[in-house]
Amino acid sequence: MRRRLPSGWHLVLVPMSAVTVLPFVWMVLSSFMTQGELNRFPPSVWPEALDLGGYRTVLQGSDFPRWFLNSVLVSGAIVIAQLALCSMAGYAFARMRFIGSRITLVLVIATALIPFQLTVIPTFLIFNKVGLTDTLGALIVPQLSSAVGIYLMTAFFQSFPKELEEAARIDGCSRFAVFFRVVLPVAKPALAALAVITFITAWNDLFWPLVAISSEANYTVQVGLTTFQGQHKADWPAVMAGTVLTTLPVLGVFLFGQRRFVQALTGAVKG
Amino acid sequence: MSNVQALSRAETAAPKRRPDRRKLADNVTGWSFAGPATVIILGFSLIPMAWALMLSFTDSDLMTPGRNVGLDNYRALFQDPVFYQALRNTGLLVVLYIPASLIAGLLVAVLLNRKVRGIGFYRACFLVPYIASATSAGLLMGYIFDRDFGLMNGLFVKLGLPVQGLLSSPSQAMFVLTLIFFWTRFGFSVVIYLAAIQEISKEVLEAAAIDGASRWATFWHIIVPSVRSMTIFLGVWGLIDALQFFDLIVTTTKGGPANSTVTIVYYVWQLAFSFFTAGYGAAVAYVLFAGTLLLIIAGLLVARRRGAMR
Repeated sequence: MRRRLPSGWHLVLVPMSAVTVLPFVWMVLSSFMTQGELNRFPPSVWPEALDLGGYRTVLQGSDFPRWFLNSVLVSGAIVIAQLALCSMAGYAFARMRFIGSRITLVLVIATALIPFQLTVIPTFLIFNKVGLTDTLGALIVPQLSSAVGIYLMTAFFQSFPKELEEAARIDGCSRFAVFFRVVLPVAKPALAALAVITFITAWNDLFWPLVAISSEANYTVQVGLTTFQGQHKADWPAVMAGTVLTTLPVLGVFLFGQRRFVQALTGAVKG
Repeated sequence: MSNVQALSRAETAAPKRRPDRRKLADNVTGWSFAGPATVIILGFSLIPMAWALMLSFTDSDLMTPGRNVGLDNYRALFQDPVFYQALRNTGLLVVLYIPASLIAGLLVAVLLNRKVRGIGFYRACFLVPYIASATSAGLLMGYIFDRDFGLMNGLFVKLGLPVQGLLSSPSQAMFVLTLIFFWTRFGFSVVIYLAAIQEISKEVLEAAAIDGASRWATFWHIIVPSVRSMTIFLGVWGLIDALQFFDLIVTTTKGGPANSTVTIVYYVWQLAFSFFTAGYGAAVAYVLFAGTLLLIIAGLLVARRRGAMR
């Protein structure tokens, strides 16, 4: 049965995946069009020639490169911090017994249910009070660790065999030495999954940067692109070029770490 | 309780000092591993949560602390037409999006669960809109669904259909946004369902095939019940996701035309950061939060009752 019908399934799946991906294909195509091709009705489907005007406007006529760099810095810092902090916390919750460990883990995971719009106003006030609003630090600090990250790492270490660590403990290694020398090297699949999912979330964040950042020099690429579109209403090729450049990093990370990403989503990260 | 007793007994009995010190050391190591991450998460959720509650009883304008106004914000909310509109818009999104993403997600996952070449490629295709930022997706779709220049109206004209208002039409904009939201999100349900279907044991499926079960019977009596827990998870997750619908609106309609795409979260943002009525915004946010919790609890109770009936 399975062998006889494969082409039949493709007939269903090809149009479905085309509908989901074709808008992005057209996004790339339209970024190489001229304003004339996009500002007429109906718009062109295929560019007449590769026009780089849109990319020139974005890269030379706006602060886009700066925003891109800001996003790289912010997302990079968040990924590194979460890898360190979430893996340590996950290891502690999975392996150690200490006062309040159970209730703390439950509380941490429960915070995933608290919507950001509830906490955003006071969070803004906190950062305003310490004078951190409108800095990249304001974007990094609240995301130094995450409930999802801790959950993912706790689940990973719980399913992970203890023998290796116990051997090292008997040899007289401290908890810290065991963690950094024995545990972390074998936790690479989980760390990779966490890195991919954290990077994509951090890179794509719009709500908090929109609230916390006010000067153009500190925009992330998402906030910059949003305002860019407001200022260049008629320049669709430039907007599309900016959209392509903004999407490329996440697309790259996703295609590179697709397996890990899917594992992180389904919570099925194994050693 | 037994822990406390054990502790006090250890204190009185001198020879048992050692395990006591050991316990202290365990606590120190445990907390030094878990502390930093925990403090950040709880600090940035519990403190703001309490603060937001206090704010919701004031007329804070974001810059000054504001006076205490008691329950005035909550009272005003029930007479605020924009709040009701936001409630309706958000409700429409939830009612359309959750069933659509569950049904489409499961159907596609079943289709993908075969030994056909290129499954990884298809799965990647369905996930691309999910990983692209709402900014990119919003700008792209905002253009495609633009009334005057968009590809969609271009297609309608080619097919001999009348040009539609789409994102510029108060009656259509929320539906178009729901469609865009669905497009960006449904890949997630596909992936979750696919993982769950792959866990169903081959023996069960083979036994069903031997018994002559039709495809439809297999789907309805084996696959659907087996992925029930994932359906519940995706339902709750979809609810949280849909109630927090924000980014796509910023990059497409900005709540317009005529407030027809203002969702609750967008309204909270407007209230606090455009209209500078932070106290009132906090009250709206709290009502949304309470509503979300009630809906989740109700949903879980219904799911449990259904499960008990089976």
